Amino acid sequence: MSQIGLNHFLVVSSILFGLGIFGIVTRKNAVMVLMGVELVLNSANINFIAFAKFGNFGYQGQVMALFVIILAAAEAAIALAIVLNIYKTFSNVNVDEIDTLKD
Amino acid sequence: MATYDVIFYLFAAITLLSAFFVVTTKNIVYAAFSLLFTFFGVAGIYVLLGADFIAVVQLVVYVGGILILLIFGVMLTNRITSVQMKTGTLQIVPAVIGVALFIGAMLAALIKTSWKNFNAELPVATTHSIGLLLIQQYAVVFELLGIILLIALVGAASMARK
Repeated sequence: MSQIGLNHFLVVSSILFGLGIFGIVTRKNAVMVLMGVELVLNSANINFIAFAKFGNFGYQGQVMALFVIILAAAEAAIALAIVLNIYKTFSNVNVDEIDTLKD
Repeated sequence: MATYDVIFYLFAAITLLSAFFVVTTKNIVYAAFSLLFTFFGVAGIYVLLGADFIAVVQLVVYVGGILILLIFGVMLTNRITSVQMKTGTLQIVPAVIGVALFIGAMLAALIKTSWKNFNAELPVATTHSIGLLLIQQYAVVFELLGIILLIALVGAASMARK
């Protein structure tokens, strides 16, 4: 296993996924939570492209990765608009303090 | 193949170290700039996997678009004058335990699995093939994604300026 194979890329992507989840669950600031989401999406993309290369699927995995990138752009735009509205309403974006709906 | 291995480890180290910095630093601006290096590292990994077009799209969309949006979000939702660019963290210990268990389970699963491993051929330019797939097999998905992106951006603009 000295040569770089599929497993190496999968290890990198799973560690990246774990770091993204860690960022999502521990950060207070909503923008930081979004950064965690971006890390998770990137790790999924690495998996798509690694399997596209090593699994003999042609270019379909790369097209899926392209779709993921497009959806990530849409998600980031919508999420930041929501964060701006939250900031206007509550004057902060800490996800643990915005609990007005909670009793 | 020694050069390939060295470059892979270099990009993997850049990606993982800067991602670790993103999720651990207290300063939001440092985290945003560290995310830049994560995206660059991931783009390098795409190149090593023979996906040149996706790597360029990653640079253009993530570094040029999403990261700028995130930095705008940081700047618009923090009082820069009063140096409030910090973020707090909560529930570190359960998160560390949970994530460590999760990563361990995933690594164990993927190392024990015997993946089908085709010996990949030399990388070729992928743009032509991806373009053909996008206008033939995935034409409907492609158009729908265009509509989704348009609606999302119009919706985001109208939501943010209200």
